[in-house]
Amino acid sequence: MSNVSKSYPGVTALEDVDFELVAGEVHCLVGENGAGKSTLVKLLGGAELPTRGRISIAGAQLTVREPVDSLRAGIGVIYQDFRLVPHLTVAENISLGLLPRRAGMPVIDWPATRERAERLLAMLGEDVPVDLHVAELSPAQQQMVEIARVLGHDVRIVAMDEPSATLTGRELANLFRVIRRLVARKVGVIYISHRLDEVDEIGDRVTVLRDGRKVGTFAASELDRSTLVRHMVGRELGAERSREARSAGGVMLRVEGLRREPVVRDVSFELRRGEVFCIAGLVGSGRTEVARLIFAADLKEGGRIELDGREIAPRGPREAIDLGIGLLTEDRNQQGLIMQLSVRDNILLSGLRVLTRRLAIDWRRADEIGWGFVDSLQIKTPGIHQKVMHLSGGNRQKVVLARWLFTKARLLLFDEPTKGIDVAIKGEIHGMLRDLADRGIGVVVISSDLPEVLAIGDRIGVMREGRMSAILDRRDATQQRVMELATASDSQTEART
Amino acid sequence: MSRPSRSRLAAVLAEYGIIVAFVVEVIVFSAASEHFLTVANLANVTLQTSVLAIIAAGMTFVILTAGIDLSVGSLVAISGVVCALLLKVEGPVPAVIALGIAGGIAVGLLSGCVSGLVISRFSVTPFIATLAMMTIWRGAAYLLVGGRPVWGLPEAFDFLGSGRLLGVPFPTVVMFGVYAVAWFVLAHTPFGRYVYAVGGNPEAARLAGIRTFRVIVLVYVVSGVLAAVSGILLASRMSSGQPNAGLMFELEVIAAVVVGGTSLFGGRGGIVGTFFGAMLIGVLRNGLNLVGVGSYVQQVVLGFVILLAVMLDQVRKQS
Repeated sequence: MSNVSKSYPGVTALEDVDFELVAGEVHCLVGENGAGKSTLVKLLGGAELPTRGRISIAGAQLTVREPVDSLRAGIGVIYQDFRLVPHLTVAENISLGLLPRRAGMPVIDWPATRERAERLLAMLGEDVPVDLHVAELSPAQQQMVEIARVLGHDVRIVAMDEPSATLTGRELANLFRVIRRLVARKVGVIYISHRLDEVDEIGDRVTVLRDGRKVGTFAASELDRSTLVRHMVGRELGAERSREARSAGGVMLRVEGLRREPVVRDVSFELRRGEVFCIAGLVGSGRTEVARLIFAADLKEGGRIELDGREIAPRGPREAIDLGIGLLTEDRNQQGLIMQLSVRDNILLSGLRVLTRRLAIDWRRADEIGWGFVDSLQIKTPGIHQKVMHLSGGNRQKVVLARWLFTKARLLLFDEPTKGIDVAIKGEIHGMLRDLADRGIGVVVISSDLPEVLAIGDRIGVMREGRMSAILDRRDATQQRVMELATASDSQTEART
Repeated sequence: MSRPSRSRLAAVLAEYGIIVAFVVEVIVFSAASEHFLTVANLANVTLQTSVLAIIAAGMTFVILTAGIDLSVGSLVAISGVVCALLLKVEGPVPAVIALGIAGGIAVGLLSGCVSGLVISRFSVTPFIATLAMMTIWRGAAYLLVGGRPVWGLPEAFDFLGSGRLLGVPFPTVVMFGVYAVAWFVLAHTPFGRYVYAVGGNPEAARLAGIRTFRVIVLVYVVSGVLAAVSGILLASRMSSGQPNAGLMFELEVIAAVVVGGTSLFGGRGGIVGTFFGAMLIGVLRNGLNLVGVGSYVQQVVLGFVILLAVMLDQVRKQS
């Protein structure tokens, strides 16, 4: 790709970027959110068209007008949001667009379709049942189906946009194994990730983007972590603020024997005033579900929840909110915010009743409150009337936080608070979590990001298969130990406890 | 960073494109027919459109939540018939009229409650739930009166459909009243904002503490009640309860809302657009009549207008 640019109305997402991929290499693309990584991949895949610039493969210039042109030219893109059809089978999804026909008839050849799917999955060393509906698969399996699908097009280039975002450690190891297989077949792989460990592990070369421009391309072996981060953010990051263990106050939240089969089996823990309690564990271990049960987004089947010494049993989110609980969901876009509404309306949504005088909403006060939060949380937006769909991930997260500050929540449940958020705002959000706890608000953080868990958690609960398998003090917690507890088989933990 | 004023103008035009279209339409018909731009004719168009426009106000609430209400046409019939039947009760005239109106509106209220409950509690899609209500109420209207219109209503009842208040036809007054209240509710009350929130993202709305169940039930109640109001006005204008009144109204009403820029996917649009959408369709009918275009052709033209409106809406959404 040479001199590629892409502008959207009012924004230049990519400016004069040159990018080169060699057959059989893993080329990592890194940069903060909004640096232009996803845009680059979209141009490559034909999902968007470049404003300027050229793309050529093996010297031949490529004209891409729609996604199918890229695919024909041998470029397969695995987008962040999978593009599979949920209620078709794995086999159908893999051959979608080129389903085998019976000779001379417009009728699908089912055995051939199945065989083709099995063959392609076998090339990845994967064993996914091809007759299942895609909706029944785990995200990791869906990803393999996507990869198998593009392989069916004889691709020479596979681009993956944040493939690790939804994967657990074991699944990630498997993805790397698959990538190495692709590379062995002389396929060039473009790999986008926020996690620099992964870049170290899988990358041959690294291209850093910042604000839509290319900073440079480096051999992965010559690049140490701090240099890479400096290239990404364009400045030095201070060393992680080391903290002392906080002296925690009395018990604020007590959860005992919380249960909702089959995901949550038996969860008990306590949160003390002034501390940040982190819940670690694999995706699917029931962490998100615990938060949803406390918030009454789903109703518990058993167990007790006490808040400030009184048992609570909210029957829905409204009652939970009135009790002073707030939930910041992992998927802000689908579950946290209403994209078409403004920053102000999203902040005030849960507390509009408070602003209502004689039937009508007091919009003047609403505006003042909206601006107040934009200033105090430093939400980057042209104004309170901006629709949240135009905000970046980190600023969207701040809008949701503002909502719960407005309802005067005393217990906040954060589910993956920094997922998909860039390094700079991440630090800012960690600071906010700490401040909230210092101000006496209960803070529970669910996170898959182990360095984050260790950096902010005063105590760390590790969940496995619907149970709280251990609770560690920050002094005793290491990445190694947390990971072991999260992935151990039952016999091992029993032996330990 | 301040946005250039050109794009702000474009944004305003996009938001109120329907008003521009309406103005253009009025100018075209004014040029085409000398009878168009007269006070008498414009008052007539407004009156003719008022029944449709009142229902469209209610439909706007429903469509903003990403729902649809197909039962409104049948509700016009059943509420008119129920009202007419109650007007036949013996008693002092004002009391009987009040009873008739209350009865008609009660039917709309009941219907809205049932639709809303079925949709929100049993997760039936709005299309099917209200299709069922549409069939039920149409059948019920025919059943109640044995398929024959109810004639011989008290003369005083005619005021609702044919009377004037300070020189303005009463249905027109009701229409403006309904739009004023609907605008206020959508723009200035928590319920109004919840309607947008639920339509934009129901799960996020629920997790923000909005009782989405109530919001859904209420929008169908609003729609049902306003359909009943229109049914009563229509019965008065025809001096009878007609079981076949309001046939196909649901489609014209949905057309008005969509032409007015409210998205069928919910969360986007508003009452001002609907008003002009309804008026645009009314004026189109009237103007085409005046220039001598027959009703069959009108139907075809209206179809194209709807197509154009939704296509423009998609273009606008993508830009």
